[in-house]
Amino acid sequence: MSVLPYLVAAWICLVGLYGIVTSRHLVHLALCLTITQSSTYVLLLAIGYVKGGGPPIFKGVKLGTTAVDPVVQALTLTDIVVSVAVLALILALALDVHERAGTMDPDEIAELKG
Amino acid sequence: MTRTVRIGLFSAAAVVLAILLCWTAVDLPDFGNYRGPYGGLLNHVAPAERHVTEVVTATVFDYRGFDTLGEELILFTAVAGVVLLLEQGERGERPEPSESIGSDAVRVLGALAVGAAVLVGLWLTAFGYVTPGGGFQGGVAIASGIVLLWVATSLRVWGPFGSDSILDPLEGVGAGGYIVIGLAALASGLPFLTNLFGPGRYGTLQSGGSIPFLNWAAALEVTAALLILFSKFLEEYVVPLAAGDER
Amino acid sequence: MSWLLPLPVVIPLLAGALNTVLDHVAPKWMHHAVTLGAMATALGFSIVILIQSMSSETLHWFGGWTPRSGVALGIAFAADPLGAGAAVFTCALTLVALVYSVTFIEGEQRKYDVLMSAVCAAVCGFALSADIFNLFVWLELVGVAGYALTGFDVRRVRALQGALNFSIVNSVGGYFVLTGIGLLYARTGALDLAQIGRTLAGQHANGVVIVAMALIVSGFLCKAAVVPFHFWLADAYAVAPAPVCLVLAGILTDIGIFGIARVWFTVFDAPFGTHQRLVGDTLLWLGICTALLGGVMALLQSNVKRLLAYSVICHIGIILAGVALLSSKGVAGAATMVLAHGFLTGGLFLACGILVVRRAPRWLAGLWFAGTLALIGPPYIGIYLGHALIDDAAAEAGRHWPQPLLWLAGALAGAALLRAGVEVFWRGEHDDVGLEEPREARVGVLVACTALLLVAGAVTSLVPGLGQRAHYGADRFRARAEYADRVLHDRPMKTTPHLPVVLQPTSAESLAYASGATLLAVLVALLSLWRPRLARRSVLRPAVAGLRAVHSGVIGDYVTWMVVGTAVIGGVWAIGLR
Repeated sequence: MSVLPYLVAAWICLVGLYGIVTSRHLVHLALCLTITQSSTYVLLLAIGYVKGGGPPIFKGVKLGTTAVDPVVQALTLTDIVVSVAVLALILALALDVHERAGTMDPDEIAELKG
Repeated sequence: MTRTVRIGLFSAAAVVLAILLCWTAVDLPDFGNYRGPYGGLLNHVAPAERHVTEVVTATVFDYRGFDTLGEELILFTAVAGVVLLLEQGERGERPEPSESIGSDAVRVLGALAVGAAVLVGLWLTAFGYVTPGGGFQGGVAIASGIVLLWVATSLRVWGPFGSDSILDPLEGVGAGGYIVIGLAALASGLPFLTNLFGPGRYGTLQSGGSIPFLNWAAALEVTAALLILFSKFLEEYVVPLAAGDER
Repeated sequence: MSWLLPLPVVIPLLAGALNTVLDHVAPKWMHHAVTLGAMATALGFSIVILIQSMSSETLHWFGGWTPRSGVALGIAFAADPLGAGAAVFTCALTLVALVYSVTFIEGEQRKYDVLMSAVCAAVCGFALSADIFNLFVWLELVGVAGYALTGFDVRRVRALQGALNFSIVNSVGGYFVLTGIGLLYARTGALDLAQIGRTLAGQHANGVVIVAMALIVSGFLCKAAVVPFHFWLADAYAVAPAPVCLVLAGILTDIGIFGIARVWFTVFDAPFGTHQRLVGDTLLWLGICTALLGGVMALLQSNVKRLLAYSVICHIGIILAGVALLSSKGVAGAATMVLAHGFLTGGLFLACGILVVRRAPRWLAGLWFAGTLALIGPPYIGIYLGHALIDDAAAEAGRHWPQPLLWLAGALAGAALLRAGVEVFWRGEHDDVGLEEPREARVGVLVACTALLLVAGAVTSLVPGLGQRAHYGADRFRARAEYADRVLHDRPMKTTPHLPVVLQPTSAESLAYASGATLLAVLVALLSLWRPRLARRSVLRPAVAGLRAVHSGVIGDYVTWMVVGTAVIGGVWAIGLR
């Protein structure tokens, strides 16, 4: 099926969002956010695929051979680094919350409201 | 909102979003039929103009090198943020836990694994623009190799590798080095991050002009950043936990 | 080719890297010197870029990769007057915040300067960039620095809650933007804004482009804190330290709306130009709802900083309404309002900071009330000019109902601020308004910064020639074909018209609305001081309780509302734009 990768990306995104919305533990929430972010990797790499194309690496390969799109791979690399950076920050915040509030349940730390 | 209401509302919205995304999926070019101009053009010109065989690394460090500067600085800033968040607060004197690995087998295999991981990381970085790899990938591999050192031995042995006074300058040099290489081009009247060196010999380590330098700067920054991250999490959380268990 | 363009971005980042290298060896004053020096240099360069951009579309292709036969190979910075103006504004506000922080931030906060420099650099990059993925990179850098700065006061759980809400909601928003970028790339094979716009102009807009626009706009609306993506802002601004709030309120929130305007006028105007009424109306409705919600919620707050946060939301609504009219006057009004609002709200946040250090001094009351009145916008003071330009733009588009609603919303927010001022300075209810523990510090520099911002904000409407130049900048911002010609084919711009240096004339309607709003704000403030429990006893009680309950502070609820908002926007546009 030629639309399957895109459907997979959509599914991963929605499943990740469901995890964030129903989460009861901050580390679980951070990981669900990472899952939502990984849907973009699947989408980007699926977009760039060329049927019958090899990797965009020409060491020992004749120039002009069909190759997949290198730009989306570069974008995915940037995407992954951003994802890691945000994950690190959220985990640091979660650790601080555990130390100060004694709980890791996002529903219980709602001091600011209204 | 109660959880039931929340899940209900979310499910309704998610169904709409799912329909929209499926509608999009049908209209996108079929998987495998991508024919856009940008990627194909880069596949043609990058090996010819920069003499690199790895077009993805050429894109990351040359054609879209400015994006990579931003990305590197996102990691840099995130690490600064984590240090800010984890280093504050009144944390009293902590007793050093006397954890160390007892098993000789673990230590020997661990030491071998550390060496292998670091070597693989260095290779990934060095040949990043010839074969698959690059500064970011190699940096992560080197950092994980050094972290393995803690896993295989003890906190005391790992200590020097996680110390701020060495890692902070290294990280700064990595991030600043990337910017300085770009500024060097600007100072010569060329656009920021223009290649100042010749393209070199095709398919060897001496190719790509300024790509190797940017590559290594990124690798240095990523390694130092990940080690700082790991050492902060270790210091501020794992160590007190371990010390707490012992009491 | 302008060699100056990368500098406002690169210099603060280099200063951050240098600070990290010197971290353990240099004394504290050297860190401050490096950061302040770098910021002042960046400000200087960005002013020169602004002057250059008034007469030509200054351009810079990174790595020297100029386009080949209309296909962009690299990343470009293209400075138009509004973008360059945003960069100048950012550098100026960050400089003031850093000067304030030298005294205000206590302790050895090594990484604070690095994070603030990163925010400034990222917003400058966002304002100048001509590549859509580059916009995403700077969006994420701003986010990452902002999350850490918000959680600065880690000793208090509420600060951590604010930072967590901020980070999770904005990360999801950022990834919606990235998904939209991916879809656009699939459709057009380009990442350069001008090239995407040009490619889409030649094609029939199908579902991919509609959903991409919905996702990208939703992601930016999330950053901009527009209803229903706005919940995180009050939590974050209530707990961030005062100079951080200045930077967040003055510039970070506005880049969301700048982003929407940028992608609309360079990319989506091409395929959807004939349907722009639908897109504009959706955003206009969202803007009006945001403004009204911000005003009403401000009246319900007792914590001063949270009140100011809702006032920010109210003004964001007005600014979005200006952009949503999709005309030059509307965009010019929005830009002028961003300027005045940034100065004034920033100054008021700095005043809150002073309240932490000195117990409600009387001399601060004068500054507070002056700032609040300017924020309501009496004729030719404070935000008046921007608001009046938006009124004119709405009238020219044949609409007459947004104007009274927006002035009403601003009046409500202003009333809340006036009431807070009386409570803090007259009744001395310092502890009740929920500020941090008082401590001692020298206030000279703090007061100077606060006064500078408030005075600058108050006189914005009186600056001769500002309105005309904002209008000219908006004309250039909206000119898609000329932008594409300049970026992709390096064709020079047409000559600049001579712009007069006179006070911008405004309509009698706006003068009436402004005076009425000021009067209304004073009356509502007096009413809520005289009868403070009116809302609780009257028929409004269920509505008030409902509003309060919706703003629950729980991340799961916020993300749910985000998904609802995206689904609604996507659904409306999918049905209407096919």
